[in-house]
Amino acid sequence: MNFDLSDEQVLLREAARDAFSRVRTVEAAREALEGGELPDLWPTARQAGWTGLLLDEEHGGAGLGAIDAILVAAEAGRVLASVPLLGHLPATAIANSAGGPGSAGGLDDGTLAKLASGELRAAYLPARPGDDLDPAWTVEPRSGRRRAPAPRVVRGDEGLATVNGSVAWVPDAVGADVLVVVGVEADGSPVAVAIGASADGVSIEPASGVYDATRSLGHVTLEDACGRVLAADEEELRRAWFLAHALIAAESLGAVEECLERSVAYAKERYTFGRAIGSYQAIKHALTEVLRRQENTRSLLYYAGWAYDDKPDEFAAAASAARAAGGAALDFAARELISVHGGIGATWEHDAPLFFRRAQLSRRLLGGTGDAVDRLAGELLSGSAAVA
Amino acid sequence: MDLNDTPEQAAYRAEVRAWLEQNASHAPATRGRGDEEQAVAAHRAWQRRLAEAGYVGVTWPAEHGGQGKGPLQQVVINQEIARAGVPGILDAIGVGMLGPTIIAHGTDEQKQRYLAPMLHGDEVWCQLFSEPAAGSDLAGIQTRARRDADGSWRLSGQKVWTTNAQFAAYGLLLARTDPDAHKHKGLTMFIVPMDAEGVTIRPLRQISGEPEFNEVFFDDVKLEPGSEVGAVNGGWGVALTTLMFERLTIGAGSEGMGYRADRFARAIASDPVAAKDPEVRARFGELATELLALRFTGYRLLTAISRGQIPGPEAGMGKITAVNGAIAAGDLIADVLGPEALDPESEWSYLISFLPGLKSAGGTEEILRNTVGERVLGLPPEPRLDKGIPFSELRAKERQEVAS
Repeated sequence: MNFDLSDEQVLLREAARDAFSRVRTVEAAREALEGGELPDLWPTARQAGWTGLLLDEEHGGAGLGAIDAILVAAEAGRVLASVPLLGHLPATAIANSAGGPGSAGGLDDGTLAKLASGELRAAYLPARPGDDLDPAWTVEPRSGRRRAPAPRVVRGDEGLATVNGSVAWVPDAVGADVLVVVGVEADGSPVAVAIGASADGVSIEPASGVYDATRSLGHVTLEDACGRVLAADEEELRRAWFLAHALIAAESLGAVEECLERSVAYAKERYTFGRAIGSYQAIKHALTEVLRRQENTRSLLYYAGWAYDDKPDEFAAAASAARAAGGAALDFAARELISVHGGIGATWEHDAPLFFRRAQLSRRLLGGTGDAVDRLAGELLSGSAAVA
Repeated sequence: MDLNDTPEQAAYRAEVRAWLEQNASHAPATRGRGDEEQAVAAHRAWQRRLAEAGYVGVTWPAEHGGQGKGPLQQVVINQEIARAGVPGILDAIGVGMLGPTIIAHGTDEQKQRYLAPMLHGDEVWCQLFSEPAAGSDLAGIQTRARRDADGSWRLSGQKVWTTNAQFAAYGLLLARTDPDAHKHKGLTMFIVPMDAEGVTIRPLRQISGEPEFNEVFFDDVKLEPGSEVGAVNGGWGVALTTLMFERLTIGAGSEGMGYRADRFARAIASDPVAAKDPEVRARFGELATELLALRFTGYRLLTAISRGQIPGPEAGMGKITAVNGAIAAGDLIADVLGPEALDPESEWSYLISFLPGLKSAGGTEEILRNTVGERVLGLPPEPRLDKGIPFSELRAKERQEVAS
């Protein structure tokens, strides 16, 4: 029994925290809402080796696991850093099995090495795997509850394929070099295709009015876009969807930790009726609830990170539970951060609204936390997750 | 990360599992109605059998009949007992909390006399701490012990929420020995024979109708000299030791409470309409998130325990998650099954009736949140009106306020 981080993982987390601390990311988040430029953190990610985190060493990557990616995402989330790993990491997890001699798996070793080093940046076009109620793979619609059909893939010669379809609200698509599209063939079976972002028939429209300006989102349309079929099997494509969920949950965990630290610090120094507001049970109990949700999210993220490698049939349930817990935890923590600060916490100059904006948008990405809750229920009720 | 056993743990687990397979036929039913005396006798024999095999009090030092093993071996035993579907020991409170307290604070004589019969289930123990007017504020207890000239004691007062009192041989009792001292300073811990003259035990029936607890009255009960555990007026420190072992017991047993998402999933999935109903799925997914988090937080706790760390007050958060998650589950299952779920013969009726009381047991949610807020988050305590005042004056002041 050892359900804790290894020394190497602790070091990775400390290094990530240190790297992000050198950039004024939270201030930049506010300035970006008024049209300011966000700092480019891709060079930071490349230098730290996070771009190749999930690629095997033979492809020039670090060959690490989901838990390591989760730790980096949590540190990015803590300071609202805009680093395009939510797009890149699931894309490289799919691409990892695409290597092989003579680019048999869809990508040549040179391309994989460039993805690992970050010379090329990939974006994952998320597709939701079918569940116990409906086997169809679907993607984000522009608006509303009805999910959109996954892009249609038609295989051609020599490992090529043409893709048609649209995916809305794609993280980190704008400015990416390679799109890793998850679509379906005529029989409904899923397949991944790597398409150059500047290829004919690819259009990436930056989403407008994004509530959290640190989040880069784009609407991608593919019209007879041509790319290479990747060797990843259905299980790996399912896994990528849930990996993205785990990463969003991890970002939320980091942000919750920051919200709690700030709330506790203020509750100790703000006085009403002759005593610190943190001494009142009303405040104290709300902040312990933030702590409870924070630690629950952490435990579920450890579960997801462990299941990714060691219990693959539980990964969907674990990542969905982490997403559900993390999304609700950040919503609760951001609202508490505002409440504890009183009226000033709801003003533009304060940082609390930036965490609130992060919470509200993150909860609606990739099916939303509600979908994660439903997925967990479906996995357990249908008995498909052997959660033992 | 690795949830697997080390080779050493795996060998121990195999040994325990093999023993349980061979001996499970001697185990009494986990829960049943019927004659209590017979049930207790069967359960007592089961504890003796486990003890003789070396599976009771494994964390106790060998000189007191234990195995000198770590808490993780205890966890392995708990897990294997749960897996085998047999009950644990009869006297989990004694072996898990009260025995270790005597080992830490008792005299050599007390250890010689009491520990072995406790381990074997020959003498069951009960915990006599809470009182009708002192639960969350345990140091406010009023049961009085007065010392006579010959060194013996006279005990008067009332205790409540006492599990197993009806068949216990001894109780560990916290009493006030100096009312003129400050609240925490005038307390002493005692060993009380439950068959002493002046001890009256009455069952306390719960919502389910079953008597889970007792109330115990002490009317001028005589305690022999040397009945005190630890120093006279040093009882608060002894009580804190017991509460620390309580956290360890809860931490090591968090999996064994039976509040697992997969168990509730089976009940809901048995109704195919419910399993597809969006509202049922949303409610179940939310509570399953909590219960899965509980389980994996438990593994983090066990990791800390296996490294020799004692769980801190944050472990109390697990109880809040467990109770509220299980309440939500019982509620959902009753909504799905309808009135049938509340039938006393139903698996769920007892759970639904049991949980409201569990919310207050072992520390109310409010007290746990106060403790975590102050000791983990470092938030300032609420102003205390009882600091620095002799207990007798405090009581007088309280009575005056109520009267006015």
